[in-house]
Amino acid sequence: MVDKLTPIVTAHWGEEGSWRLENYVSHGGYGAARKALTTMSSPDVISLVKDAGLRGRGGAGFPTGMKWSFIPQDNPNPKYLVVNCDESEPGTCKDMPMLMATPHTLIEGIIIACYAVNAHHAFVYVRGEVLHVIRRLRKAVAEAYEAGYLGADLFGTGYGLDVIVHAGAGAYICGEETALLDSLEGRRGQPRLRPPFPAVEGLYACPTVVNNAESIASVPAIVEHGAAWYQQMGTERSKGAMLYSVSGHVRRPGQFEAPLGITMRELIEMAGGIREGHELKFFTPGGSSTPIFTPEHLDVPLDYESVSAAGSILGTKALQCFDDTVSAVRTALRWTEFYKHESCGKCTPCREGSWWLVQTLRNIEAGKGSPGDVDKMLDVCDNVSMKSFCTLAEGFVACITSAVRHFRSEFEAGCNGTPAWELFPYEASALFAAPRELVTVTSTNEGGAA
Amino acid sequence: MSTDVAAKPDMVTFTIDGTEVEVPKGTLVIRAAEKIGLEIPRFCDHPLLDPVAACRACLVEVPDAGNGRPMKPQPACALTAMPGMRIETAESNDKVAKHQKGMIEFLLINHPLDCPICDKGGECPLQNQTMSHGPGESRYEGAKRTYVKPIHISAELLLDRDRCVLCQRCSRFSSQISGDDFISLAERGAMSQISIYEDQPYTSYFAGNIVQICPVGALTSADYRFQSRPFDLVSTTTTCENCAAGCELRVDHRHYSVRRRLAGADPEVNEEWNCDKGRFGYRSAQDGRRLTTPLVRRDGRLEPASWHEAIDAAVTGLKAAGQAVGVLPGGHLTLENAYAWSRFARAVLGTDDIDFRSRPSSDEEAGFLAAHVAGRGLGESVTYADLEKARRVVLVSFEPEDESPIVFLRLRKAWRKRGLEVVTLAPFSTRGSRKMGARLLPTAPGQEAARLTQLGADGGLDEDTIILVGERAATSPGALSAVVAQATTHGARFAWIPRRAGELAALEAGALPGLLPGGRPGTDPAARAEMAAAWGVRSLPDATGRDIGRIIEAATSGELKALVTGGIQEADLDDPRAFEDALDGVGFVLSLEQRPSDVTERADVVLPVALLEEQAGTFINWEHRTRPVALINAANQAPMTDVRVLAALADALGADLGMRSPAQAGADLAGLPDWAGARAGFEPQAPEAGPDGDGRGMLLASWRLLMDNSAALDGADFARAATQPLSVALSPADAEALGIAAGAPVSLSGPDGSMQLPARIEPDMMPGVVWAPLNSVEPLSVLLGAGPADRVQVEAARIAPPAQTVDQGGAA
Repeated sequence: MVDKLTPIVTAHWGEEGSWRLENYVSHGGYGAARKALTTMSSPDVISLVKDAGLRGRGGAGFPTGMKWSFIPQDNPNPKYLVVNCDESEPGTCKDMPMLMATPHTLIEGIIIACYAVNAHHAFVYVRGEVLHVIRRLRKAVAEAYEAGYLGADLFGTGYGLDVIVHAGAGAYICGEETALLDSLEGRRGQPRLRPPFPAVEGLYACPTVVNNAESIASVPAIVEHGAAWYQQMGTERSKGAMLYSVSGHVRRPGQFEAPLGITMRELIEMAGGIREGHELKFFTPGGSSTPIFTPEHLDVPLDYESVSAAGSILGTKALQCFDDTVSAVRTALRWTEFYKHESCGKCTPCREGSWWLVQTLRNIEAGKGSPGDVDKMLDVCDNVSMKSFCTLAEGFVACITSAVRHFRSEFEAGCNGTPAWELFPYEASALFAAPRELVTVTSTNEGGAA
Repeated sequence: MSTDVAAKPDMVTFTIDGTEVEVPKGTLVIRAAEKIGLEIPRFCDHPLLDPVAACRACLVEVPDAGNGRPMKPQPACALTAMPGMRIETAESNDKVAKHQKGMIEFLLINHPLDCPICDKGGECPLQNQTMSHGPGESRYEGAKRTYVKPIHISAELLLDRDRCVLCQRCSRFSSQISGDDFISLAERGAMSQISIYEDQPYTSYFAGNIVQICPVGALTSADYRFQSRPFDLVSTTTTCENCAAGCELRVDHRHYSVRRRLAGADPEVNEEWNCDKGRFGYRSAQDGRRLTTPLVRRDGRLEPASWHEAIDAAVTGLKAAGQAVGVLPGGHLTLENAYAWSRFARAVLGTDDIDFRSRPSSDEEAGFLAAHVAGRGLGESVTYADLEKARRVVLVSFEPEDESPIVFLRLRKAWRKRGLEVVTLAPFSTRGSRKMGARLLPTAPGQEAARLTQLGADGGLDEDTIILVGERAATSPGALSAVVAQATTHGARFAWIPRRAGELAALEAGALPGLLPGGRPGTDPAARAEMAAAWGVRSLPDATGRDIGRIIEAATSGELKALVTGGIQEADLDDPRAFEDALDGVGFVLSLEQRPSDVTERADVVLPVALLEEQAGTFINWEHRTRPVALINAANQAPMTDVRVLAALADALGADLGMRSPAQAGADLAGLPDWAGARAGFEPQAPEAGPDGDGRGMLLASWRLLMDNSAALDGADFARAATQPLSVALSPADAEALGIAAGAPVSLSGPDGSMQLPARIEPDMMPGVVWAPLNSVEPLSVLLGAGPADRVQVEAARIAPPAQTVDQGGAA
């Protein structure tokens, strides 16, 4: 049994009342913030995070310190930090457990990040559906204010900071940073034209850093232990450790905090292996919007460069495992239905492409596709890919094209009269036995919930 | 051309399909492509709207962004040209052709393809670009989204959501250009649709523009829906007659009848926009009440007569009056017609009693117009472009959104794009002022002169300031004098902006007592001699004649024996009843009119004249810019023009008007030498000490709303209905003192009567001032017997007023 786990952010998750301020402080919590504010200059903090090699944990992997250094300090407008906690991608489940377990890690990271970019207001945009997480974060922010970790004059330095926790209204697109800013401003959540980039004109047209929650939560440990310590972990260009969220057909799904470069084989082993009597069929490296991998990719190091070289994206490290009972057609359809539902409607290819492809996939799932539909579907995907306003549309393009690439025969079967549920009876995929009649209902062309 | 090859730092050179293009820095690729004649398909792109890059039809390939690196396909509508950039369009890159086909296929999957019954069919960018850049056929076999169709988004606009391609031109126009942010996307993804708010109706003076810029047939107007096919229409470029903005119009007619009017594209004047009054205000003569036959009063009744009979009757009446004739041509005429009236009065009738101002006016204004407005050209005037470049614009007695809507759009644009400072001298911040970010200098009616002088003393006027003064300044003693004095003192420029389209032309034609054509002072013997020679008469009247107020008085008292009027609406005058008395009292009334009116009812002889659409001519807009009026509708039965009718009268009176057609009038006018002598002097008038009266009641502020009971809007009921509900504006303090809540009925009373409207509480309204619309219910002069700067009694109304609707029956 391998054990490459490096519990840093997750170190105290299992403790009783881990989310309480006293528990956090008892482990030295807010020491890093104190250290940064009382012993370091703002540029020093940015250099430290740059040197550590911390890269954005929201999917794109942009160097966090670099992003902070883009904030024009000579701009007379206020600067803002916006924490993107609109975690909505199918399969992605790292920020929510983190906020449930140790919300103060994020708040401490916010203090350090705001100090680094000279911001006095931070906004945490939390996905609106997760009320329990929002409540817990708000309570933690209140605790931090009460203890003097937020508000005016932190640690006697004269530096003041306010944190506002904002609940989204249930739109996946608001995880896109500019749509998030529009939504935060009270507008319809739709991505903005760039330039201007948020670093120059972001929230309320002021310089704004938008960071993923996990990126910010990684900062206190870096400040505490130093760049060299962080650099020891990971691969040459992907430093540090991160949360890998393993879900699906494994015995023990969960969060695994490990250095970058760990492989899927190792993670599955730590998760207790694929469920009894089955084999891995495919998995997503970084959530539903990243092209799927198959068992041949089990030894690809899960860092930014290696995953990219293998034809996918590390994304949010949401490793959803699908065993041999799963229909690739049904999976592609369910994901595409999600993207159709979440398309904001601003640009043509995403809005119309998702609408069209869901209908094609439903036909194929029901065995009612026509010969040629697979190629037509791929061509429609080509007409969407790289042509939409933001990257939301790449999500359904990736899941359809990669599923066809690896499992084309399943799609062709649907164009030759064989419904997906005949090839792969859906009840076999279920982790828990469902009443027979419910399973039957889902096996219609309606694509309803399982 | 200069052969200078000095570096041009503000230019960018890059290539499109291998062709080198040089454009100013900041130019978008789609504009640069247009420059070299390349047509890139587009739906959401509009040169006057901020880019949104939503439709993705204009994607181009960028093998080199100018930094040696390629980019993914980019929307040409949002991509700024960079030095050394390489762009490939469908002309040189098959991938781009595929992008374009793919995008148009996407746009069509939900489109009903109902072109045969769609108003846009034949002039539809979606239809055209599908033919030019789209796939031959669709591969889509799925379900189309369907919606209830059409839905009203206002009384004048309808929306067929299934045709919409969600380009957001309409909502962007409303939020960016007109500032009426009442239309927006609702729902999301495939179910996205253009929508209005439940509690805020889409009211805008500019709403018709969104129909024109809709690239599909999704937005249609109640006015034109199902009226015609674009290819059956004959289009004519002309100038709008509904205000002094001088908008270029495209007028489409069929079967001798105008079917619709569109904004023309004149970047110097109206850019590509117009207002709803200009767009929809053309139906007044289509109501079947058109005058086509002369009428002569016999035994107290007006009866149809032949032209011979009518001219004879007119000549008899005029001859009996001799030179005791007052001439009121109105402010609606083309330059040619106004010139004919001016010459008719001076050279045929021998009177200087001529005044085009069929509205409240003053001696101060007549002097101001003669000295500072008449006889000037575009080069000496403030222009739209100047407004855009100015640092500060000060508004005096002028509410641009209501009184010159294109000026409003230009000021809003300058504020939005360049931070123009707008200062308004008004009793409260109107919706229009807020949309221009205007700073309010609280000014009670009548106090304009004092406030402007104070603004100058406070350093609020300089060389970079333009003062725009409206025609209402005539009712504020000293205001025009203060404009001249302050502008002179501080080096600011000023412009006078009247409401009516014909006022500048009438001034130029000399249709004002004491003013001859071309700005010649009638008091100057040399000017009189020059004009007498040009007109072939021995002399012109040497005494400055009566203005409209004195003409009405003299007609009532019997000093004048006859009146000759054209296009006067009683509702426009400050005392309609006095005018009626004059018409009733004077010996003889000759009316040249297009439609029956209160004046024709009292006339002795009525001579029908041509509509504007039946003649060619010229307007002069507030910038002193010459604006061509084109003959649109050459219907056989069209009556004669004012010029021709006046020429016939002159003939019968044994004189010669020297012109028989607008073209001859224009040539005659153009043949006049430029006036080399001095302009009329201007005697400034001191402001009055304070509001008169006993100080009881509240000071009335009022002006005409754009979409009011103007006769120009007769027949355009839907457009009148698509405006904000009528109300009376009060300050919070007064409302509280009077116990009036917002929306509660309030009663205004004057000497002649009272009116009721719901109250609107304006947060920055000056206490002691109340505002009411001047002519939206009935003219206030008739309802109350009071006008702006008069005192009226205000109280909570005991009985709720009936549900408020604009009188759609016609002009008051």
